[in-house]
Amino acid sequence: MLRYTLKRMLSLGLSLLAASVVIFVAIEVVPGDPASYMLGINAQPDTVAALREELGLNVSAMTRYITWITGMMTGDFGTSYTYRTPVVDMVSDRIMISLPLAIYALTLSTLIAFPAGILAASRRGSVADVSVMGVTQLGVAVPNFWFAMLLVLVFSINLRWFSAGGFPGWDKGLFVGLKALTLPTIALALPQASILARVMRSSLIDTMSEDFIRTARAKGLSKRQALWRHALRNAMIPVLTIIGLQFSFLMAGAIIIENVFFLPGLGRLVFQSISQRDLIVVESVVMLLVFAVVLVTFIVDIAYAAVDPRLRRRS
Amino acid sequence: MKHTTMKLALTSALAITAGMAYAETTDITIGMQLEPPHLDPTGAAAGAIDSVVYANIFEGLTRFAADGSIMPALAERWMISEDGLTYTFSLHSGVKFHDGTSMDSQDVKFSLDRARAEESTNAQKTLFAGIDTVEALDPTTVRVTLSAPNGAFLFNMAWGDAVIVAPETIDDAKTHPVGTGPFTFTNWVQGDNITITKNADYWGTPAKLDSATFKFISDPTAAFAAVMAEDVDAFPQYPAPENLPQFEADPRFQVLVGSTEGETILSTNNKMPPFDNVKVREAMSHAIDRQAIIDGAMFGLGTPIGTHFAPHNPDYIDLTGQSNYDPALAKSLLAEAGYPDGFETTLKLPPPSYARRGGEIIAAQLREVGINVEISNLEWAQWLEQVFRGYDFGLTIVSHTEPMDIGIYARPEYYFQYDSAAFQELMEDLNAATEPGDRSFILKAAQRMIADDYVNGYLFQLASTTVANANIVGLWQNAPTQATDLTAVYWND
Repeated sequence: MLRYTLKRMLSLGLSLLAASVVIFVAIEVVPGDPASYMLGINAQPDTVAALREELGLNVSAMTRYITWITGMMTGDFGTSYTYRTPVVDMVSDRIMISLPLAIYALTLSTLIAFPAGILAASRRGSVADVSVMGVTQLGVAVPNFWFAMLLVLVFSINLRWFSAGGFPGWDKGLFVGLKALTLPTIALALPQASILARVMRSSLIDTMSEDFIRTARAKGLSKRQALWRHALRNAMIPVLTIIGLQFSFLMAGAIIIENVFFLPGLGRLVFQSISQRDLIVVESVVMLLVFAVVLVTFIVDIAYAAVDPRLRRRS
Repeated sequence: MKHTTMKLALTSALAITAGMAYAETTDITIGMQLEPPHLDPTGAAAGAIDSVVYANIFEGLTRFAADGSIMPALAERWMISEDGLTYTFSLHSGVKFHDGTSMDSQDVKFSLDRARAEESTNAQKTLFAGIDTVEALDPTTVRVTLSAPNGAFLFNMAWGDAVIVAPETIDDAKTHPVGTGPFTFTNWVQGDNITITKNADYWGTPAKLDSATFKFISDPTAAFAAVMAEDVDAFPQYPAPENLPQFEADPRFQVLVGSTEGETILSTNNKMPPFDNVKVREAMSHAIDRQAIIDGAMFGLGTPIGTHFAPHNPDYIDLTGQSNYDPALAKSLLAEAGYPDGFETTLKLPPPSYARRGGEIIAAQLREVGINVEISNLEWAQWLEQVFRGYDFGLTIVSHTEPMDIGIYARPEYYFQYDSAAFQELMEDLNAATEPGDRSFILKAAQRMIADDYVNGYLFQLASTTVANANIVGLWQNAPTQATDLTAVYWND
């Protein structure tokens, strides 16, 4: 297990280094100067030059890369060009929305998907199975931003149960915060739950036709007992993979939902920073997201080994 | 005794109800599409900064009124010398910054000197270019000497970029702005909202609201939902004109439609063939149907213009007839210019919907007379790089939102590259003229000159559209500068 973990950690480190180079180079080649963006169309060239100097844009790309990477290792992500506040502060504010939103959505989607998937698999071909398949088919097909707008229309504009968007801040209380995240969470979770439920179902059905289940049945276990005791754990590997991918998606890809509900999350920060050419913020946030994705993959890899002892021995 | 107690109880009950009514109706939530990058209006061009701080937090020597006229602000009055070179400002006494320090002539000197200094990052540095010296004569008197007469000087001092700041607090102004205005900065939840609170020690007429929250909603659909759900009380520069009829029909809301300083133009690269030929530019101006663009791209909102000047300005002259829609004439002018079969060019469009939607319509109209345009959609940063600084464009559509900016036509290196000695001379005369009658005459001549030269395609003046709760009073209908002036806003209920 230790060797397996160390190997995974090494690959984690190398992925991060490679990612940092790719991100930096990609952003360097994007045209557009942050200083002229900020000063607009009436600024004189000498003013733009003065601002470039002030922002430290006149040093070479190599020096900036090294400053950036060494700064990040010590937790210093630099200062935003446009906002002039430390990137760390901006990112930590945004994470306090994106992370709870992702966890909330993932929890909700798992809570829906597991029972639905297990039910459908254990009663294959029944009315329950057909309904789960039908509803999840719809859930996969409906775009989440459209579903989000529908939720706003019904619950904010007509029923007035929730506000149409925005985030009042965690200092207003846990309930207020969670309430503000509820509609976005539902909009994010339902499509994810649909995917997860379908994966859960097919994985369980596959496992149920394996030899060891037949052996278990032959031993005298009922179908239900075989499912819960033996099949479920074995069916988890693809499900865990999907959960890992979904978490990464929810962290980074909630941007459309953040726009519909005007939530100040990480996705919107990146979007805004790209259009303002606030390159340092883009670089740092993208790097952070890469870190999150790589870390989640790492955790999922470790979790595989935990549920499947064969993986430990193989390495 | 009993009587007195009764009376006391009654008064306190009254006071409580009054207090409750007071508490219910003295805060406001304003929706805004763009979040300011920071809150120092003297350090960036972003209009969103002024939308929060102008007149509310920061004040200058003069200020814009709702109708665009210039009013005294921190300067109570001023004297202009006979030769038009010296402005002696008398400041209001007893003005305090929000941190409790007093605002005096030294702060004015500091602010103006800082804005025009060599290392200044003021986006509108040209406003201060004519200043020769700034002297603090006594705590409430400042003398500004210009190197040449400038009839627009008081106008320039009203801009958000010319507000008075204090040397002790300016370094932190980007996150904690400290001004002299009727509201103080309270809190900024980045990405979500900014809160300002009434300044109890304000030197002038106090604000009627106790607090105001600016909420940032970039997506037009989300803006619609937020207004409908009454999450925001007012949305100036409302981004989805297609929803306005729905708000107009709903008794909960009022819709204010006014004018802005945004001349929306089909900017033309005057140095690039074939646009260096005035006949070609004239032909294009007749190929364009302004009303079709206003109807199609702006849902009917906007005033057609025939020159680079705001129609609400008293000096405006309507020259739209000179470039009326006449495709047949356009074709014959093109033939005269040597392009009987038209030509091909590029149309580079920045993100706003006036450009993207308007661009498609203009491309179709130009195609009718044989001009084939290749449209490319750019982000602002790309637009600045390619079009504005690189001159790499044939045509583009942009709204010039700075007030009274006809002077850009006197800058030959400005991106549309109109180089006319006669016009440059005219602007020098304008700067030297301080008599209102002379200025008006010159401004009218300037409007005619650029219309006669067909420098750009003049499309329409951008409309200002505000959707607000029907009970809110005192919001600006027009937008003479980018601002959300809350100093006179109150709830009527």
